[in-house]
Amino acid sequence: MSAPPEAPPRPSAIGAHVPLIDGIEKVTGRADYTADLDHHDALVGRIFRSPHSHARIIKLDVEKALALPGVIAIVTGNDCDVPFGVLPIAQNEYPMARDKVRYRGEPVAAVAAMDEAAAEAALGLIEMEVEELPAYYEPAKARAPGAVDLHDDRPGNLERDVHHEFGDVEAGFEAAEIVREEVFNCGEVTQVQMEPNASLASYDPERDRMILHTCTQVPYYVHLHVAQCLGMDTSRVRVIKPHVGGGFGHRSETLNFEIITCILARAARGKVRMKLSREETFLTHRGRPSTRIKVKIGMTKDGRMTACACETTQAGGAYGGYGIVTILYSGALLNAIYDIPAVKFDGYRVYTNTPPCGAMRGHGTVNVRYAFESLLDLMADELGLDPFEIRRHNLLEAPIETINGLMIESYGLPECLDWVEQASGWAHRRSNLPKGKGLGLACSHYVSGAAKPVHWTGEPHAVVNLKLDFDGGVTVLTGAADIGQGSDTVLAQLVGEVLKLDLDRVSVIANDSRITPKDNGSYSSRVTFMVGNAAIEAAEKLKGVLSAAAGRKLDAKADDIECLGEIYRVRGGQGPGLSFKEVVAEAVAHEGTITVKGTFTVPRSHQGGRYRGAGVGPSMAYSYAAVAAQVDVDADTGLVTVEKVWVAHDCGYALNRLACEGQIQGAVWMGLGQALSEEIRYFNGLPLAPNMLDYRVPTIVESPHIEVELIESIDPNGPFGAKEASEGALAAVIPAVANAVADAIGLRLHETPITPDRVITAMVRSAREARRDQPGIGDAA
Amino acid sequence: MSEKRRVSLAVNGTAYEETIETRLTLADFLRHQLGLTGTHLGCEHGVCGACTVLVDGYSVRSCLMLAVQAGGSDITTVEGIAPSKDELHPLQEAFRDNHGLQCGFCTPGMLTTLVEFLRDNPSPTERDVREAISGNLCRCTGYQGIVDAALDAAQRLKGQDRTAGPDGGESP
Repeated sequence: MSAPPEAPPRPSAIGAHVPLIDGIEKVTGRADYTADLDHHDALVGRIFRSPHSHARIIKLDVEKALALPGVIAIVTGNDCDVPFGVLPIAQNEYPMARDKVRYRGEPVAAVAAMDEAAAEAALGLIEMEVEELPAYYEPAKARAPGAVDLHDDRPGNLERDVHHEFGDVEAGFEAAEIVREEVFNCGEVTQVQMEPNASLASYDPERDRMILHTCTQVPYYVHLHVAQCLGMDTSRVRVIKPHVGGGFGHRSETLNFEIITCILARAARGKVRMKLSREETFLTHRGRPSTRIKVKIGMTKDGRMTACACETTQAGGAYGGYGIVTILYSGALLNAIYDIPAVKFDGYRVYTNTPPCGAMRGHGTVNVRYAFESLLDLMADELGLDPFEIRRHNLLEAPIETINGLMIESYGLPECLDWVEQASGWAHRRSNLPKGKGLGLACSHYVSGAAKPVHWTGEPHAVVNLKLDFDGGVTVLTGAADIGQGSDTVLAQLVGEVLKLDLDRVSVIANDSRITPKDNGSYSSRVTFMVGNAAIEAAEKLKGVLSAAAGRKLDAKADDIECLGEIYRVRGGQGPGLSFKEVVAEAVAHEGTITVKGTFTVPRSHQGGRYRGAGVGPSMAYSYAAVAAQVDVDADTGLVTVEKVWVAHDCGYALNRLACEGQIQGAVWMGLGQALSEEIRYFNGLPLAPNMLDYRVPTIVESPHIEVELIESIDPNGPFGAKEASEGALAAVIPAVANAVADAIGLRLHETPITPDRVITAMVRSAREARRDQPGIGDAA
Repeated sequence: MSEKRRVSLAVNGTAYEETIETRLTLADFLRHQLGLTGTHLGCEHGVCGACTVLVDGYSVRSCLMLAVQAGGSDITTVEGIAPSKDELHPLQEAFRDNHGLQCGFCTPGMLTTLVEFLRDNPSPTERDVREAISGNLCRCTGYQGIVDAALDAAQRLKGQDRTAGPDGGESP
């Protein structure tokens, strides 16, 4: 009598430390980024950019440039009169400026030439005559009476104002025993993803078809906008995303150079390669806008919040882009982290003559969170409460629907706070740190995918196809864009987990619009949650097909078949079962090559309220983070050094611990850059630091050890309970550092980045005020 | 047009005799003339370190060096650091295993820089590693996975030395 076969030991494909499945390509140099693709037969594309901040184009003469030997095509705003933009309701950007230029560096024309030298020479021969207009670099000036409008349909240069009020705000402030209002200002920052922008467009003139390879987070949007701007049927366009060297939101909308490359390729009747310089990549921008935040909080004496009012103004740059969504996020996510009975938000998104801002990591939520968490600490101080205590007094209790209609079903913030408090040694260390050192705390949160897609077509939010053929390999076909965050890996893991197969059997083919299903793209931390759920559904269906096949062979019902990955057998039976290959052979014999589809849709219940602007903020799950930072402030130089960061992030369930930890470390680190050194400044609209030397991204020397704890609250709707892990922690870092600096020097700065000059200025001013306030000193002098 | 020179050099163990434009950078020569696109250009002015290659064993920013200056030199790019086509360099393994990479764009420069560093400093401290790659920017990882990978690689390399026999082992 033989015992039933033992399942071969197989480590779970999820919940472990799983190296990226494309790691080998990346460490050997074999990973091809757009600029690495074969372009021996491609023309060189270059862009002629505006040297003016705001001007009416009187004349644009490209004849001399076109006559230059080696120049094949020149295109201008006349070649495309169809505007584009990520939001269908706010498309006001042309690939190349038409009547007006609105920022320095805006594309005006583009050249396709036989080589770099000819392209460069041609740019020098393009003549532009303009009538200069007044230009505005700050919202206050753009909004001043009499200011010239950047866009005719937006009087007063106001792109969008938002006025939301939930709960009884007036009563909330009346019930408060302490009310405080403060103003904070955040400098503009940008993504600086390591890979400069590049596109390779190939036009087939006989068939009128376009193939575009480009470094995007959103191949689907690029596909739509290329077709739209070129007046081509979408079926004639094919968009392929090669390896992408980071995004952080820079690439979460179609960018002008991608469309320009296609327009050039069609004009040249061939192939054009466009590689932007680092400076041009800075000019393409789409970073986080400079923001003024006035925030007011009312509390009882025990630190219980009764109301919050927040007014936020963003300098959005010259075009719409994601602007409306950015300003809405700033208000919507005032909620869903603490229990605040009444919240009022007034938001102003203003057009300025600077490169357009976009959806940078933590989209819209980061600067407001900095202001809020800073004020929370100020009030804790005033009330004599510990920063942990004041936050604990205001926790939510999940499940809950917030006052602005956000559904929270998992909420690990209390556990995040507990861990950070313990790990940082907060209780015994904070009051005992040496002079000049300080500890600070802050919390933050983020969506796991926007519940309302930008293009509301009624389709499922995510689709994954699986293919299984005679060879016994499972192929995941997805439009989700891996930009380094590891989405290919997590999808392979999820499929492997459901089918109990080693990752060796699973391959991922992603981002070729001719082959893979449409996906909205990698933004709003949607991929793991939405595409992950679709992948699970697809894998379950495939398991069903295979179980049915095994049932036919083993003379059992599909429901009675147990899937052990490499073995399928009758549950509780005695036989050896069938090998995976045998099951596949039977399944393929039955119906031919197997393809199955999984989809995911956020139900209406989680898509938010019914007020104007309610579509931004809702998500099926929210991540939570608590961050403590320890800083040292040099009293002589004002230099702030972050010595250590502790971060606990509620990611629901860590499908890949390695990737989750890596994403959280990266988010914390990016927050440190904004907190301490990164800032885009302009002189008359000219960016002062459009390069990697002067725009101060922290080097490893300035980067502290970041201790990460993954809190697993197991979200009921997430894939195996998972939520997002890449954006949520960023926003807490900036106020945690600011609060630590305040703890270290007893002074609070109201501005980011917290640069040495700002610290020294604040310290000198404070010392002067202290002297002035000391009676007698002034008289004696 | 621009002047050209005939240059002999070795890249990843292969000898080349090439006609090179005098203004061509070493990075563009490697990428476009030899097709070694693992060397990445991130900043184009010597700041980010993504284009780092080894010239006669020493790390060099290939965006700041002209290809003709490499005449007579022995160059190693990320494509050439593995001991053979069938195996990875311990640093490559360690980067993959420790999540020392995410988007992978800075990775080639990190690896070449650390090949030189670990050769000269087989037992580095964390501080040493941080200083060694302070000229290489990464925008994804916050560097922690990279530090872990470098320290892990140092251990793996030592292990290799020990198994290589008495000559390769550490002194007791």
